[in-house]
Amino acid sequence: MAGEPRSFANRWKRFSDWDERPLRLDKFAIEDAENGFASFTSRHDPKPELTLASGGVGVMDGVGISDFDMIDTFIARYHIDPEIAPEAMGLPSHEVARMLVDMNVPRSELVRLARGMTPAKLAEVVTQLSSLEIAFAYSKMRARKTPGNQAHVTNAKDDPLQMAADAATAVAFGFDEVETTMRVARNAWSNAVACAVGASVGRWGTLFQCSSEEAEELKIGMAGFTSYAETVSVYGTEKSFIDGDDTPWSKAFLAAAYASRGIKMRCTSGAGSELLMGFHEKKSLLYLEARCLCLQRAMGVQGTQNGGIDGAPITCTVPGGMRELMAENLIAVWLDLECASGNDARATESEIRVGAKIMPFLIAGSDLICSGFGSILKYDNSFNASLFNGEELEDYLVLQRDFEADGGLTPVEETRVLALRTRAVEAISAVLDELGLGQPTQEMKRSVVAASGSDETRSYLPRDVALISESIRERGITVVDVIKALARRGFTEEADNLLNLVRLRVSGDYLQTSAMVRDDHVLSAINDPNDYLGPGTGYRVSDTRREKIVAIRDVLTREEVLRAEAVHKAAESKRISYRTMGPAAAGEDRREVVIGVSPAFGIKLFQTIAGHPLSAILRELIGGIIEGGASARVVRMKHTADTSFLGLSAARLAGSGVGIGIQAKGTAVIHQKDRLPHNNLELFSNSPITRLEHYRRMGANAAAYALGEMPEPVVVPTRGEAMGSRYHARVSLIYAIETELTSEGAVPEDVEVTLLGSAA
Amino acid sequence: MSEERLSIADYPLAEKRREIVRGKHGKSLDEITLEALLQDRVALEDLRITAAALRQQAEIAESAGRGTLAANFERGAELVDVPQDTIMRIYELLRPGRAQSQEELLAVALELRDQYGAKGMAAFVEEAAEVYQRRGLFKKRF
Repeated sequence: MAGEPRSFANRWKRFSDWDERPLRLDKFAIEDAENGFASFTSRHDPKPELTLASGGVGVMDGVGISDFDMIDTFIARYHIDPEIAPEAMGLPSHEVARMLVDMNVPRSELVRLARGMTPAKLAEVVTQLSSLEIAFAYSKMRARKTPGNQAHVTNAKDDPLQMAADAATAVAFGFDEVETTMRVARNAWSNAVACAVGASVGRWGTLFQCSSEEAEELKIGMAGFTSYAETVSVYGTEKSFIDGDDTPWSKAFLAAAYASRGIKMRCTSGAGSELLMGFHEKKSLLYLEARCLCLQRAMGVQGTQNGGIDGAPITCTVPGGMRELMAENLIAVWLDLECASGNDARATESEIRVGAKIMPFLIAGSDLICSGFGSILKYDNSFNASLFNGEELEDYLVLQRDFEADGGLTPVEETRVLALRTRAVEAISAVLDELGLGQPTQEMKRSVVAASGSDETRSYLPRDVALISESIRERGITVVDVIKALARRGFTEEADNLLNLVRLRVSGDYLQTSAMVRDDHVLSAINDPNDYLGPGTGYRVSDTRREKIVAIRDVLTREEVLRAEAVHKAAESKRISYRTMGPAAAGEDRREVVIGVSPAFGIKLFQTIAGHPLSAILRELIGGIIEGGASARVVRMKHTADTSFLGLSAARLAGSGVGIGIQAKGTAVIHQKDRLPHNNLELFSNSPITRLEHYRRMGANAAAYALGEMPEPVVVPTRGEAMGSRYHARVSLIYAIETELTSEGAVPEDVEVTLLGSAA
Repeated sequence: MSEERLSIADYPLAEKRREIVRGKHGKSLDEITLEALLQDRVALEDLRITAAALRQQAEIAESAGRGTLAANFERGAELVDVPQDTIMRIYELLRPGRAQSQEELLAVALELRDQYGAKGMAAFVEEAAEVYQRRGLFKKRF
């Protein structure tokens, strides 16, 4: 055997490049079920099992009734339907898995069967599905037909002015729910008032919650400032549950308490919480989550915030972690729970992983796609950064447009956002003043309206806010006082909007599964049930909705391109004149290089994509040719606008047999008369990054070829920019202007070019 | 109100059965206006849900096949008139390690049943007392 090949280096440098990517900030964990790091299966997971004894469940998932922990007990008593269980548990799991992705099996049938299934059975079924199948099944099984979304609205200073402005902004972008929390616990009341006022600007119906300590949260709800709660956490092992300072009974009591106050409520659970709390019992993440979800249905809550949530980042460190998050969401909707499907805690530093994470939910739809889309900037998010944040909100809007998928959001015009922010700041300022809580100055207000984030505001600081907040609490100010204050100060529309929201409590309609408010109506799984049964059924983006989704800002039109060119036309007329001299004949001069310009060059189009005036391009090309010792002749082609044919036609007219073809957008080629059309000498295909010096060198090289030399080709360096995404829309519109001017068989014309004094 | 049970066809009540929706003091939705609020004819109390509304929603949830949700609404209906402080006291007592014996929870169950007629909720607390005993939750945690 030959000796070891000699090593030239100790590392391929690409690994160093990879080290620098944001992805490498993510830490990945080895699969290790013994230590709780297993997404779908652990050897400690029980096999699905159910034995009914007299009056109820005798054995469930490998545990006999006498050994039931609190969670088993609660699930066995309140979740398992003994009427359905024998049938449901008797179905082979692979068969049920196929039913989940069979569009001919209605959702209602699967929901019925889930009532008879144990956690291990539910987990075993969804484990059989691929990511694609899970997404499809999710789309079919989610409870409400119309998808929605939830925003986080918080800021680093707990500033009520910014809170109100940002709440109004989130409402304008279409969020169905707004969730706030604070940096300083005492500031809960101020946050609640500010968000409630802000969310009443523009329209009504956005449900609102203030995440705080359980007792405090319920009190804030009782005062009428909030309309839902979702921080009622449950866990999949008894020890984590106790460590979380609750039991299934205490949480179920709280659920009933919220109902008794007319406040919508969902529980929270997600993979990884037991792992983070150290009580995972060596079970897989999915199995533990299946227990949480059965428990939630058992408790009688209408829905769940589920899909990792705070445990999403750790779940994403495990192989199959993202698929697991999707699978647990599927179990949630299969159990007929409203699902606020996570996609909140930022589970990765990689933007590619962020985009990939959201995609299945964006196209499948969800009751609330994110259970906390950071509508504010990352540093202002008091829950910590979300999967998507204020920084990336437009990316999300574009994803909706790309896939014609309804992610619950709607683009809003700049002027409208500014008007709403101004109104919200004025409204909360009026309320603070009217209730004797504060008198924000013009400078404070002005700084907030324009601010992208709290770094830019000169407004309230957390200590100021604590005083406001304590005062609201101590004086027992309620939503009625706030509504009156708004009305007294002329904010009648906002007062009405806020009253409409609070009035929802009287009928309790919005307590039903998956309820939200759209266009003045409560929409829930009852009056907007997901009726998916194949193409043409279920949720479809309507024409009017599509029109809104696609209306992102800064969209290019042909008119805009022509307008821009018209502006350049005037400037160019001072720099260059073109005089048509009649049909071009073949040149005799062996040193002659012909520059073949495109039909619209200098007639309808006046600058390249890179922004160079066409006069400057010709100056450089001609200058380069002359410097290289050749002579230049400009000919306008009228039969073609294609770069290759412009070049070849020019070459055939040139005495030297060498020509340059150039389009108005700046794409240029050096050609030789005997070559095949697309086998040129040199090509500048990336006009947006082609600089004037490149054109000068191209002219010089053309001269060199004409003189029989072989110069070093000019290479326009690229750094890998996505040229197509940046320029192709404009290029296509510009190129269409060129091709419109072509006519078959039209002969080339000589053009006398005069560069005028004020050349650029 | 009639004895008929409501169904999904009656939902949303505020639109389909507006006439049966009443606030705590009997006000209809159309009476709960901004004008009335400004004239103090409507107060926060009028904006509270009633036990009747929760039971109506329970009927609707039941007809939509959501028995457990209906049961939660029924439990909620029993708590409508339980004062906030009592609610928070019972919740606190149901948390692990707060009650030191079964008797403490059973006393709460009795209070719920006798003072508020909350029979379902009382049975629920009694059930918790039994399970907590079996799982050893009646011990100090901090």
